[in-house]
Amino acid sequence: MTGEREADTLERDFQHTVDADQRIEPRDWMPDGYRRTLVRQIAQHAHSEIIGMQPEGNWITRAPSLRRKAILLAKVQDEAGHGLYLYAATETLGAAREDLTQKLLVGKQKYSSIFNYPTLTFADVGVIGWLVDGAAICNQVPLCRTSYGPYARAMIRICKEESFHQRQGYELLMTMMGGTDEQRAMVQDAVNRWWWPSLMMFGPPDDASPNTEQSMRWRIKRHTNDELRQKFVDMTVPQAEKLGVTLPDPELRWNAERGHYDFGAPDWDEFWQVVKGNGPCNAQRVAHRNRAHEEGAWVREAAAAYAEKRARGLDRLAQQQLATGGVA
Amino acid sequence: MSVKSSWPLWEVFVRGKRGLNHVHVGSLHAPDAEMALRNARDLYTRRNEGVSIWVVPADAITASSPDEKDPFFAPSGDKVYRHPTFYAIPEDVPHL
Amino acid sequence: MSFDNAYEALVEPGTTDEAHWAFGTGFADQMTGVDRAVPSDADAGNLAAYCLMLADDALVFSQRLSEWCANSPELEEDVALANIALDLLGQARLLLARAAEVAPEVRPAAAPAHVPDEDALAYFRDERDFRNVRMVEQEIGDFAVTIARLLLFSSWRLALFQRLATSRDPVLAAVAAKGCKELAYHRDHAVQWTLRLGDGTDYSHERMRAGLARVWPFQPELFTPTPVELRLAEQGIAVDPADVRSEVDNVVDTVFGAAGLERPQLPELSPVAGHAGRDGIHTELMGYLLAEMQHLARSHPQAVW
Repeated sequence: MTGEREADTLERDFQHTVDADQRIEPRDWMPDGYRRTLVRQIAQHAHSEIIGMQPEGNWITRAPSLRRKAILLAKVQDEAGHGLYLYAATETLGAAREDLTQKLLVGKQKYSSIFNYPTLTFADVGVIGWLVDGAAICNQVPLCRTSYGPYARAMIRICKEESFHQRQGYELLMTMMGGTDEQRAMVQDAVNRWWWPSLMMFGPPDDASPNTEQSMRWRIKRHTNDELRQKFVDMTVPQAEKLGVTLPDPELRWNAERGHYDFGAPDWDEFWQVVKGNGPCNAQRVAHRNRAHEEGAWVREAAAAYAEKRARGLDRLAQQQLATGGVA
Repeated sequence: MSVKSSWPLWEVFVRGKRGLNHVHVGSLHAPDAEMALRNARDLYTRRNEGVSIWVVPADAITASSPDEKDPFFAPSGDKVYRHPTFYAIPEDVPHL
Repeated sequence: MSFDNAYEALVEPGTTDEAHWAFGTGFADQMTGVDRAVPSDADAGNLAAYCLMLADDALVFSQRLSEWCANSPELEEDVALANIALDLLGQARLLLARAAEVAPEVRPAAAPAHVPDEDALAYFRDERDFRNVRMVEQEIGDFAVTIARLLLFSSWRLALFQRLATSRDPVLAAVAAKGCKELAYHRDHAVQWTLRLGDGTDYSHERMRAGLARVWPFQPELFTPTPVELRLAEQGIAVDPADVRSEVDNVVDTVFGAAGLERPQLPELSPVAGHAGRDGIHTELMGYLLAEMQHLARSHPQAVW
């Protein structure tokens, strides 16, 4: 049993490491709350990547040029990869991917609510790259310095790939804005639908976000929701101007005194409705994931059975080699 | 039948190019070593082929102290559209 | 370290050797420097038709494989199948461009001038002008059907490409040489899964057997040469697919033996009045595949993407 004084020392050493901006590594001692918070946050992030494959994957078979098809397929594939890097980070905390997957499938763990909105036109692919991935980058770049080592390293790799995603989105929108009137209308329509959900991606306002303070002390989180939201707006407005689209917020204007853009409040009622599962696609997304998982069960079982046979030399290939005197 | 449908965890090490050591890059699930190698190739060398890959069952690793400095491997380039510079964006678009 | 620059972590002391971070570094276009001259004795129309056959096989199969994205049995497999689909899409793009380069008249009249050749051919040709074998247009099916089809297709295409790598058309030779590495990987992937499904559980064995039965009737078409292939093969430009039959049989029989599977005893799917995929006579599924793939591009012909 660890004595009380020893526990105090461990906690002090831990906080000391964090305060010195050093990374916590998997076998270091860490407070249970730190571990729980990380597992929940990283798992939610991983689930978001996996569920996020669906709205964009929706357009792979219909992409209007072969170049766009290749880009989109590579992008959605990257998202599977990001999910896998993040699940790998949770494994270092003792959380098994299978358990996390189960929690996603039964709705016990969340994913980013943005993916509960539908992708209705090909412009949505561009706007997701520009706004949704852009917001994700704002959220994630500080996480490259988060206090937990495996998470920080996963985020470094993910941020580099996300930067490709954001650029491809913006480039697609620029190309479409240079096309026909219908295409320009398509882009504006997509911006109108995705702007507010993108702002919601940063989470509720700071005064309604109870966990932020502790997460910041542990340096899991390094900026508050409202700080990141402001940063995103400040970055995005000039990009929208360049693109020639209007952001659907009548309150949006430059505030010289603050040195930031003022902007309106998202519809937080809608946000909570979607979080609670009543968004346009919640049921569809989770059902899709469940179906893929269930339909794949026999394949995973077959591979596991084969591995077991093979480990014991009972697979047909080994038997064959034995029979023919070959080297097993 | 007692076979579980979840696959064991493998730790992945990649030699990014000749002259470098194998470096731990992360983990993945696979039913056996052969599939683990193939999955590792797809997942961790998507942007550029590493020279060589090792996979090790995660439970076969014995660790000493927690003092480890394994940098998470960052990826690399076989499909040019995976790289941000592939997308021509005018220089005056900020923050992209 | 600043707030908004992920790349700074790269040069943070003690993280890693910068050379290790291959991201963003060199991308060698394997087609640069390839001689694009058409062999003087080759008929341009024949060569273009041949390129379209090889291109359409890859394009249509890639379209089907991409349907697995976010649907496969495990995330790792989503990544693997997407890689294979991307490789095939890459092969298709090079071959479509070559077809239009050697015989510009293959470009469909319906395609507006600003549309690149590869897209004109992919999006504005009608079903009858697609030259792919019928196997690749079949519905995605379950994982066993996909693996069975990938095994037959990649074994066949790899055998073709290994011979095509010495084609007298320098572009075909270059595309084939590049494709061999990819196809060897695709075949390997299919072999690994055939072993696991065939020799895994009783249930997976039965599913794999059924998967093979689904694709088997389409297999003889792979080895049936068209007059265009025969003419070009004689000139050392194309490969007569009948020539790779024994090699592919050998691969398949070896894998079946190790996986405990048997060659299905099923007859060939009949052509229509002697015509099949290579002649533009497809199965009913092809129309739906093209409707989905082409509808957006065709709804906005003047658009730029």
